[in-house]
Amino acid sequence: MADYSYTLLIILIPFFVFLLLGLFGNRWKPMVSGWIGTTGLGVAFILSLITAYQYFFAGAGEAYSKIVPYDFVWLSFTDTLQIHMGILLDPISVMMLVVVTTISLMSHWFSLGYMKGEVGFERYYSFLSLFTFSMLGLVVAPDLFQMFIFYELVGASSFLLIGFYYQKPSAVAAAKKAFIVTRFADFGFLVGILILAYFTNTYDFATLTKPGTTIFANAAGITFMGASAISWAMGLIFVGAAGKSAMFPFHIWLPDAMEGPTPVSALIHAATMVVAGVFTVARLFPVYYFQTPDVLILVGYVGGFTSLFAAVIAITQHDIKRVLAFSTLSQIGYMMVGLGVSHYGGEEGLGYMASMFHLFTHAMFKALLFLGAGSIIHAVHSNMMQDMGGLRKYMPVTHITFLVAALAISGIPPFSGFFSKDEILAAAFQTNKLLFYTEYITAGLTSFYIFRLYFNIFWGKDRKYEHTPHESPMVMKIPLIFLALAAAFVGFLPFHELVTSDMKPFETVTHWNLVIASVSIGVLGIGFAWFLFKKENSKPAAIAQWFGGLYTITYHKFYIDEIYLFVTKKILFNLVSRPIAWFDRHIIDGFMVGVGTVTVKTSDKIKGFQSGNLQQYAFAFVAGALIIVLSLLYYIG
Amino acid sequence: MIQGISIYHFLIVSSLMFFIGIAGFIIRQNLITILLSIELILNSVAINFLVFNRYLYPDQLQGHFFSLFIIGVAAAEASVAIALIINIYRRIHGINTDDVNEMKH
Repeated sequence: MADYSYTLLIILIPFFVFLLLGLFGNRWKPMVSGWIGTTGLGVAFILSLITAYQYFFAGAGEAYSKIVPYDFVWLSFTDTLQIHMGILLDPISVMMLVVVTTISLMSHWFSLGYMKGEVGFERYYSFLSLFTFSMLGLVVAPDLFQMFIFYELVGASSFLLIGFYYQKPSAVAAAKKAFIVTRFADFGFLVGILILAYFTNTYDFATLTKPGTTIFANAAGITFMGASAISWAMGLIFVGAAGKSAMFPFHIWLPDAMEGPTPVSALIHAATMVVAGVFTVARLFPVYYFQTPDVLILVGYVGGFTSLFAAVIAITQHDIKRVLAFSTLSQIGYMMVGLGVSHYGGEEGLGYMASMFHLFTHAMFKALLFLGAGSIIHAVHSNMMQDMGGLRKYMPVTHITFLVAALAISGIPPFSGFFSKDEILAAAFQTNKLLFYTEYITAGLTSFYIFRLYFNIFWGKDRKYEHTPHESPMVMKIPLIFLALAAAFVGFLPFHELVTSDMKPFETVTHWNLVIASVSIGVLGIGFAWFLFKKENSKPAAIAQWFGGLYTITYHKFYIDEIYLFVTKKILFNLVSRPIAWFDRHIIDGFMVGVGTVTVKTSDKIKGFQSGNLQQYAFAFVAGALIIVLSLLYYIG
Repeated sequence: MIQGISIYHFLIVSSLMFFIGIAGFIIRQNLITILLSIELILNSVAINFLVFNRYLYPDQLQGHFFSLFIIGVAAAEASVAIALIINIYRRIHGINTDDVNEMKH
């Protein structure tokens, strides 16, 4: 077996970079910190590529095996119920290593230009490294508990990065919101893990996901509120996954998380943290498929609903980063659908493969879209679409790379998004027609909203800028170009031979009718966007007018945030929190305060005796002695 | 045993000395007077020791030794106390107890 011991370095380098920059970052110039972070990540990136090459291409075997280069028992409860820490390499974790290090490296690199001169530059880089470390630890986790630990770390480091501009109240609120929502979902994850471990006596992925395993026999016949215990466990684990992946109804944190610096959005909210949930479901896919197919269907429907819902909202938003955020939700919904409609093994596992494929391609083109948006914001100093227009003349590189990404996400061949999206549609078509049509409509909406964005930014009205927008510096253009190449060409990777549900390669069949259908709806969306937004005109406003209330509701994101606020502020705060607070303040605190007050009052009364005057003491002493003697004499006599 | 003088006379004298000493210790403000009061208390106790020894256990000597100890201790105490009082006087130009209410000056 090949030697994979160097994979430990991929995980540890970002961690040590974090420590180094966090502890000593302020000793040297900010740029030095930036370059240390970028170089460290570059090494990790190269090591990941080597790992991927060695894993996928060097050993030409029939099936890929699960390799565990590092493993030690951290906590041992029983012989089987142990918490391991280590590294597990299998096709999806190797793929995720490549995705995370690639996107992280590009974000690091891009930030060298984008964040230049910001206060806290070295803090920014140390947090980026911390985030990368936790994400890498998550994807290589060999058991559920390590995954949970890194889930929390990911949540914490994303909190730090979203709240990077901690002097801006909206950024602080967004960071808090993201942390609370994902933490709340992680609670479901933890409970799910514990239920699962209670019945199966193991946390280990290899044991859990072995097809035909008998460890679930313990839980047979145990039901709670109409669902089996394992269904509850897997459902709760999916709640955790949905929180991280911002699936409906936990999606509310993602659009607000755009308050963070734009490269952070590219790293966390496009390519890595938000796919952690998809990754979790994929990691446990055999359990979902063999033990709890009902939960897997739920996964598919939640994904399908979120993708349509988010695509509709994306059409009406004006903040370019928010459009991209909703687009991310929508695309992650696609991945969930891919998993939800998949079967296990061979060509039946098309959905699984397609979902992982889409994860991979989406990471490339969405990170590119975000970095492009960062480049635009850097030039225009605004997030709002109204402040942009005609930028193609000023920023040719950004324009071309953005166009590539937009074509990729719209599923136009030969760009990467076409291949992966088409396979998800094909998988859905075979299994679940309802989800297929949902995703089909979403594909059209996707190309419409992304080209609405594109035309509004780069074409449209030719407006006067206060200072002429300029193309970004070289250090920001290189990541854009690199990602554009990736977004254009990664679609040609033979994923069906690399990442499959049973780790055996299979042959895919091209469904030409589906290809034509999906490309044509993509083109239709683009054409519609071209018709409406190519030149500034009154048509979009007229259409918005025509939709009337529906448009307003969509613009306000279906008032989901308001519903949450209503539930938390009006119902939870008033009916639960306030009585508890009253009880705490008046009964519990009151008792403690009462004890203190009585002590103070008593001491006020008696502290006069402690005057320090020796003659007084002597008088008291003698008087006391006399009283005792006299009373003794009286009683005895 | 001393002819014509009973143990009660001695005890009355020593009690009077003791309580005069206590009263002086409590009432007087002057440190020297307080020292004198303490000497009175000590001496009354010494008298008690001697008297009880002489009247109750005439063939033993413990009471005498205790008295000698008390005289010695009183001498040492007086010298230390007067040294303190002189130092206090040098610092605050007074030996009134009300003025000596702070450790630091």
